[in-house]
Amino acid sequence: MEKPKVLVTRCDVPEPALKKLRDLCEVDIFEGAYPIPRDQLKARVAGKDGLFCFLTDPITPEILDAAGSSLRSISTMSVGYDHLDIEEMTKRGIKVGHTPFVSTDAVAELTVALLLATSRRLLQANAEITNGGWAQCVWGPVYMLGKGLTGSTVGIFGLGRIGQAVLKRLSGFSVAKFLYADFVEQKLDSSFPPAEFVSFERLLQESDFVICMASLTDQTRAKFNKEVFTAMKNSAVFINASRGGLVDQDALVWALQTGQIWAAGLDVMNPEPLPADHVLNTLPNCTLLPHIGSSVESARFAMAELAADNLIGGLFKDKQMVHSVN
Amino acid sequence: MTFSAWCVLLRYQPLRICKTPRNLNFFKPAYSTSLPDSMEKPKVLITRNDVPQIAIRKLRELCDVDIYEGSYPMPRDQLLARVAGKDGLFCFLTDRINAEVLDAAGRSLRVVSTMSVGYDHLSLEEMKSRDIKVGYTPDVLTDATAELTLALLLATSRRLLQANAELNNGGWGRCVWGPVWMLGKGLSGSTVGIFGLGRTGQAVLKRLAGFNVAKFLYTSTTKKELRAKFNKDAFAAMKNSAVFINTSRGGLVDQEALVWALQTGQIWAAGLDVMTPEPLPTDHILTTLPNCTLVPHIASADVKTREAMAELAAENLLGGLIEGKQMLKRLC
Repeated sequence: MEKPKVLVTRCDVPEPALKKLRDLCEVDIFEGAYPIPRDQLKARVAGKDGLFCFLTDPITPEILDAAGSSLRSISTMSVGYDHLDIEEMTKRGIKVGHTPFVSTDAVAELTVALLLATSRRLLQANAEITNGGWAQCVWGPVYMLGKGLTGSTVGIFGLGRIGQAVLKRLSGFSVAKFLYADFVEQKLDSSFPPAEFVSFERLLQESDFVICMASLTDQTRAKFNKEVFTAMKNSAVFINASRGGLVDQDALVWALQTGQIWAAGLDVMNPEPLPADHVLNTLPNCTLLPHIGSSVESARFAMAELAADNLIGGLFKDKQMVHSVN
Repeated sequence: MTFSAWCVLLRYQPLRICKTPRNLNFFKPAYSTSLPDSMEKPKVLITRNDVPQIAIRKLRELCDVDIYEGSYPMPRDQLLARVAGKDGLFCFLTDRINAEVLDAAGRSLRVVSTMSVGYDHLSLEEMKSRDIKVGYTPDVLTDATAELTLALLLATSRRLLQANAELNNGGWGRCVWGPVWMLGKGLSGSTVGIFGLGRTGQAVLKRLAGFNVAKFLYTSTTKKELRAKFNKDAFAAMKNSAVFINTSRGGLVDQEALVWALQTGQIWAAGLDVMTPEPLPTDHILTTLPNCTLVPHIASADVKTREAMAELAAENLLGGLIEGKQMLKRLC
């Protein structure tokens, strides 16, 4: 029997995953360590049975048309699938896999890292070492003061897997109160600190730290807008490590510039990558990271292998995807 | 006492004093204090002007306060000149208070209050021999210091500075989302070793509890062996994949050995809040190493903590100077 043909849309995938694919499939790998250009994607997906892709590859009906009717298995090496037209894929009988769970720890850890880097002004403080600021001040009682978690109220928007993992990591920081907003109340076992299920409005009004950990859907798109930033405390720290699309970015810029909120930390934004001269990159109270939420070796290797398993699972009749979206 | 208990204790005191009627005659307060009308107010020197107001207000009510005008360490010659004849000194870890300063102060100097928990800048033996009371500010900054230690650890292990730089140097533009780009080291499943499990070490341990660390180890040693404890042998003994964090004092590290260790891959990365000297020269080699994350001694730098430290240092100073009052945190 002919081996199924698969396209992998970039070359810097961990080798164990590629080996799994090569054992069972004919593997076409785009040569670049950067997102495959659109025209090359359309050309090379033609006639493929499977597609191994990334969150930087929007797989639209156009791409599905270019692939033709052979395409039956799509596997994204990501948890999020807002870049995939799931409805269209389901209509065409294409199975879609993603990689939840294996990166939860890494993303939750990066979210806390980003929160602390923002609240304790690490980037600004580090710059003082080379720009002469530290030399002038040395040890100043009111130099580079940040906001402490101790005694604060932390509000998490979206208490799913990753939100819960963030909650767990914050439990040792002497936070006074945890709040969360979500579609439904979550059942948390005793290994979690107590967290109160509140309305979105209460979360905004009472939180010193607002952490956005929700999926990007039609209901959550641009959820964090001008009204929302106005409702937050002027002393609040806003963290987003989920998807840039949840934030009205112009409103965020306005909020940071006018003191509606004290600071923001983002691992996700619009667009990605952000242009170096984007205004967000000039604001001293904005801490930016280039979407590195899951960038830990063990997590990425696990994601790659899982994505390979998903792809294979969708290609062979006697196999199953490990985690399918549809 | 816990940090939050300290906050409550300190906040009651200003309320009591503030209930007094406004009185422009600064030297004859309408309320009774432990200071008899006939006695001169003690003279104190504060060695920089950017101290939280709450502390300055407390001191001004009961003392004659001389404040150095700069928001930077008081130059030595000015310190020696202006400490002369003072009863009390409110200082910082950047003020080396040794026999020279104590001589310059003369016999009037009874109390030294440092707005820090570290006291390696104070010649304690000298002060003891001159019966000078010394106050410091432990406990109130434990939370902030432990939090900054975690912040620094995560910034180092997850390469935040390097990653942020990729926004500006075109790196992110090229790679976008790479499966093996900017990989850091995760705490999940790791072994964390804490050298020194005192107040701050324990607060760090508590904060790490939620990060799925597989194993915690700790050790400590007698004070005598601390200087340059982390030397070439120590770094060679560490795993090549190890992350080294120091937020205690720069003197615990043989810094040249650390540079060697980072350059040759003896360890994977280091994060420092303290170093030698402070401030570090802007072109120091440590600032050029991609696997070294530096922050400028900001461990206790959050708003509430510094207010608490300043209040406590003021209370310590008053406690040593004013009859009937007590130093809250006394070193000697």
